[in-house]
Amino acid sequence: MIRIAVPLIALALLPWTAGEYYINLASQIMIAALFAASLNLLVGYGGMTSLGHAAYLGLAAYVSAWTFLKLGVNHAGAAAIALVSTTLIACVFGWLALRASGLSFLMITLALSQVLWGLGYRWVNVTNGDNGLSGLTRPEPFGINLDGSVAYYNFTLIVVAIALYVIARFVNSPFGASLAGTRDQARRMSALGFDVWRIRWITFVFSSFLAAVAGLLYIYYHKYIHPSALAVSSSAEVLLGVIAGGSGTLVGPVIGAALVLLLKNYASAYIERWNTLMGVVFVLIVMFMPDGLVPGGKRLWARIRGGRK
Amino acid sequence: MNIALKIDDLCKSFGGLPATRHVSMEIASGERRLIIGPNGAGKTTLFNLITGDLPSDSGRIELFGTDITARPTHKRAHLGMARTYQIITLFNRDTIAHNLALGLLGLSPRRHQMFSALASHTDMRETVIATLERVGLAHLADRPVSSISYGEKRRVEIALALAQRPKLLLLDEPLAGLSLEERGAVQNLIAAIPRETTIIMIEHDMDVALEYAERITLLHYGEVLADGTRADVVNNPRTREVYLGH
Repeated sequence: MIRIAVPLIALALLPWTAGEYYINLASQIMIAALFAASLNLLVGYGGMTSLGHAAYLGLAAYVSAWTFLKLGVNHAGAAAIALVSTTLIACVFGWLALRASGLSFLMITLALSQVLWGLGYRWVNVTNGDNGLSGLTRPEPFGINLDGSVAYYNFTLIVVAIALYVIARFVNSPFGASLAGTRDQARRMSALGFDVWRIRWITFVFSSFLAAVAGLLYIYYHKYIHPSALAVSSSAEVLLGVIAGGSGTLVGPVIGAALVLLLKNYASAYIERWNTLMGVVFVLIVMFMPDGLVPGGKRLWARIRGGRK
Repeated sequence: MNIALKIDDLCKSFGGLPATRHVSMEIASGERRLIIGPNGAGKTTLFNLITGDLPSDSGRIELFGTDITARPTHKRAHLGMARTYQIITLFNRDTIAHNLALGLLGLSPRRHQMFSALASHTDMRETVIATLERVGLAHLADRPVSSISYGEKRRVEIALALAQRPKLLLLDEPLAGLSLEERGAVQNLIAAIPRETTIIMIEHDMDVALEYAERITLLHYGEVLADGTRADVVNNPRTREVYLGH
């Protein structure tokens, strides 16, 4: 309980101690953390490595922006349409991708996300192509204005905290145990009476739904969407975050996503080739903590404590 | 006589190489059937066809009168079929209790629950411990499978199947790689399985297997070469020629 309450209270107090730049950065980190945590359900708990997860974040953002701008639907309606349509697309994409496993699964997820990325660039009538969709506003839930950085930070914190709690419940449930079982011994799970394909498909859809929630937070934050949100680099960044933080752990992807975002924000201010620096950091993590920062850190801490005794 | 498993003219080839050739057999309810044959005779392939791990090329399989030929593996488990593997197939990073809990979940509608904590299902834990007591592993319930001995893993393999209270149990070389002492423990465990469970066993240790089996099927190059009572098959000259070697 303390392990949950302390970081939550610290995050709730952040707006009192940090400046606007840091508050905005923290909002972005939380959105990236939710995005990574959603992918972690697939990669860490399900053993299904996807390189196309940005499709669901980007699609939800585009649908929400388009229905709001072009159809004049209000924010609540646009959000509902975005979540439902993204989830339905995920039902179809998951059905297609899960006809394969391993590397083939990864390639299909990549190909499907590239289709959406291509549409983002080329379907100019709808997406406005390379110019992206702009002129958006933030919603006003219960009449609360979210234009200020602190208000939006608090809104993001509440949504992300609820989503992470739901993820924690999910992975500790009987269904979560079944999912981990399909990752470790798919054949045995079938023999025990589990429909392995269905477990994977449901997880794929649920994971995409959570990525869509992150997509809504993303579009509300930036008030702008560009096809790059759907690009393979976005999918690769979030996957790197999951792996670097520690896939199959609840906190790992949160830490990993924060690391990616901080590297991107800070390193890009000082060096042009920040991608190279990010690559070096990940190589070091893979070399010294191959299962990620969180499990690696825990082991290191145990060793230090053991050494003291 | 109730028929637990009926196999009719079952065939399976791998790239033109026949592994199961027109196999037909009937196994009575409660029977202890031994399947023997030299390496490569198609014993494990036959198991994989029965469980649905492999699709058959032709033929028909009935489980307690229900045609299961086209049913996927998990649906066969729901009809009362369980198996163990020649190569131990457990959830290594989890505890023994968690392994058995998965066995219980597999047949329970609770497996669909997404937001209740697994740990809150305390009745399942009680069933798990009761099953582990049956196999003499209750004291290791909370140990990860990766930390127990090979012999104990073999017993967990069987316990995982038994936790499901199967009507038909397929044991694929349950004594493979065990020391003499460990063999005794697994033998006792198998002998104590109640008659409600029909057992088909592949085993190479003939001393143990013959003592246990009531009927024997001899496979050779995917074909049934002999099938009958223990005495019939052991005294069959073909059995001596292709398998017993004397």
